[in-house]
Amino acid sequence: MVAHRPFQTFVTHGILILGALVLAFPIYVTFVASTHTIEEVTKSFPLLPGSHLVENYLRALTVGPRDVGATVGTMMLNSLIMALGITFGKISISLLAAFAIVYFRFRLRNVFFWMIFITLMLPIEVRILPTYKVAADLKLLDSYSGLIFPLIASATATFLFRQFFMTVPDELCEAHRIDGGGPMRFFFDILLPMSRTSIAALFVILFIYGWNQYLWPLLITSDQKYYTLLIGIKRMLDVGEGQAEWPIIMASTILAMLPPVLVVIFMQKQFVRGMTETEK
Amino acid sequence: MADVSIRNVTKQFGKTEVIHGISCDIRDGEFIVILGPSGCGKSTLLRMIAGLEEISSGEVAIDGRVVNRMEPAERDIAMVFQNYALYPHMTVYRNMAYGLKMRRMPKDEIDQRVRNAAKVLELSTLLDRKPRQLSGGQRQRVAMGRCIVREPKVFLFDEPLSNLDAKLRVQMRLEIRKLHEDLKITSVYVTHDQVEAMTLGDRLVVMDDGYAAQTGSPIEVYERPANMFVAGFIGSPAMNFMEVTVQESGQALKLPGDIQIPLNGSALSGWAGKKAILGIRPEHLELDSKGPLSILFTVGQVELLGADTLVHGHISEEKVTLTVRLPDVHRFEKQATIRLSISQEKLHLFDPETKKRIDG
Ligand SMILES: Nc1ncnc2c1ncn2[C@@H]1O[C@H](COP(=O)(O)OP(=O)(O)OP(=O)(O)O)[C@@H](O)[C@H]1O
Ligand SMILES: [Mg+2]
Repeated sequence: MVAHRPFQTFVTHGILILGALVLAFPIYVTFVASTHTIEEVTKSFPLLPGSHLVENYLRALTVGPRDVGATVGTMMLNSLIMALGITFGKISISLLAAFAIVYFRFRLRNVFFWMIFITLMLPIEVRILPTYKVAADLKLLDSYSGLIFPLIASATATFLFRQFFMTVPDELCEAHRIDGGGPMRFFFDILLPMSRTSIAALFVILFIYGWNQYLWPLLITSDQKYYTLLIGIKRMLDVGEGQAEWPIIMASTILAMLPPVLVVIFMQKQFVRGMTETEK
Repeated sequence: MADVSIRNVTKQFGKTEVIHGISCDIRDGEFIVILGPSGCGKSTLLRMIAGLEEISSGEVAIDGRVVNRMEPAERDIAMVFQNYALYPHMTVYRNMAYGLKMRRMPKDEIDQRVRNAAKVLELSTLLDRKPRQLSGGQRQRVAMGRCIVREPKVFLFDEPLSNLDAKLRVQMRLEIRKLHEDLKITSVYVTHDQVEAMTLGDRLVVMDDGYAAQTGSPIEVYERPANMFVAGFIGSPAMNFMEVTVQESGQALKLPGDIQIPLNGSALSGWAGKKAILGIRPEHLELDSKGPLSILFTVGQVELLGADTLVHGHISEEKVTLTVRLPDVHRFEKQATIRLSISQEKLHLFDPETKKRIDG
């Protein structure tokens, strides 16, 4: 309909392009700032990229900003470990939990399911104090385990996989029993490959969730060795009277955006498929 | 290859009993069809043989061994499901090979068996496809291939053709029959389609609401139905029933409207003067006979099937409706009266109380 009216096409595209520009502008500014020296940035803000790109990024990655005590490289690695740990942890735990809930008849099965379901209503912020206490008692402060394990249970993912498993026809499980496979074989040989697209979709969502964790790493890490990038950026800004190193901070910000963007770009196809279709 | 023996098997789901004690001995290499209306417990019975459903009481023995406590995989059976239950993410080849792999068969033997089965089922060119890239008939064949490669003692089929269109159904029916003739593997086949049952089965078990109403060869079941349920269920269109009175002599029947038909020699001694149910199949009523047994029939609806004509109507002032199946095309006016004759040998009599067959 719209295609046959050039004027309408023009207007709709105009609006879309404008919207995209508005959204992209802050990122552009961040990028521009990350390519100049600190003097250039603070004097009068430049609108075009400068010539210090390589220098600033290298400095961020290898030396790190003043007063933080960790390089952006280290912090990125920490963030990556945490994000991947949370993602794989959440996916494996919720797959297994959903498998148990759907395929095994044990006592209080429904009670357990509803207990998991109810935790959906409690975001991290609500349960953060008791969680901190537990983590502290278990001596998980300042460790990767402490960063990852408390965030690993996922009611959302469990629920999602449960719904998916329930749409898998019972006959498949029965055919597998007749073929002579045990329950775990069924899980690995049949269910897991069938959930591939859902897993991919969840991977994208959970990776971004894990990468963007702020409050929990802030609480649980005090050793710079375990800073994640988001914490690091916050620390870089806490310079008190001094001058914030804007080019370095901006370079870190761009670097912080990179992994989620890459994950989305590379997994876009699977992500869309996982959200819209199931293989049956 | 093996015989299967079902001994007084019952099934309860919670408190409700859905199978009320069924016994049946299936001979080695026999093709048994379990036939019955929806919800009568056919699948449940089959699944108990397969081991997918626990047996509440009674025994199932395969090849002389009681299998009540065995896992499906240990029973050495293979099953074709109604929706095929193929593994969607595996190729045709892997679907067929999977069961053998689970049994730790050497790779080259698996390969040989899969390729053989594929050849028999004309799947050789499709081995690399996924199930969703196949047509219904091809999926059906893969499901059978998955069973054949296992070379099991018993084949179990649960309405395997019901998702196919009419033409394919006929074709697959013939293929199953041929396959059975080649392999001679004991088979139990569940269906609610009586044409499938009649054409495939060496013997039928007709089920009615959790009971085995009759067991016998297809022709036996058709010619001598054991009770009114079987009589009405087998044959299409269904058998006509009417209430009749047996004459004092026991030598003739009195139909509604004072029509009398003599019984051919077989005297119903015990039944003289009593009421009985007469059953007569639509195809056993013949048009226009001047003989002494002809009855007047008023035409209602006429259905032209091409090869046959189905005429629905009534005798004796609307009290008794009948369906008649006449060969060839007949065009009758509505309300026309025609004469029909009943062939005496094809009469069935049933006890109105027990619904069981009365044998003269
Ligand atoms: N898991 C179950 N729990 C309770 N009742 C069941 C269960 N499975 C089957 N039934 C009941 O048992 C009866 C027989 O079911 P079954 O599936 O064997 O019927 P069927 O003859 O195969 O019917 P159809 O031709 O529709 O497949 C039905 O009344 C059904 O409601
Ligand atoms: Mg069924």
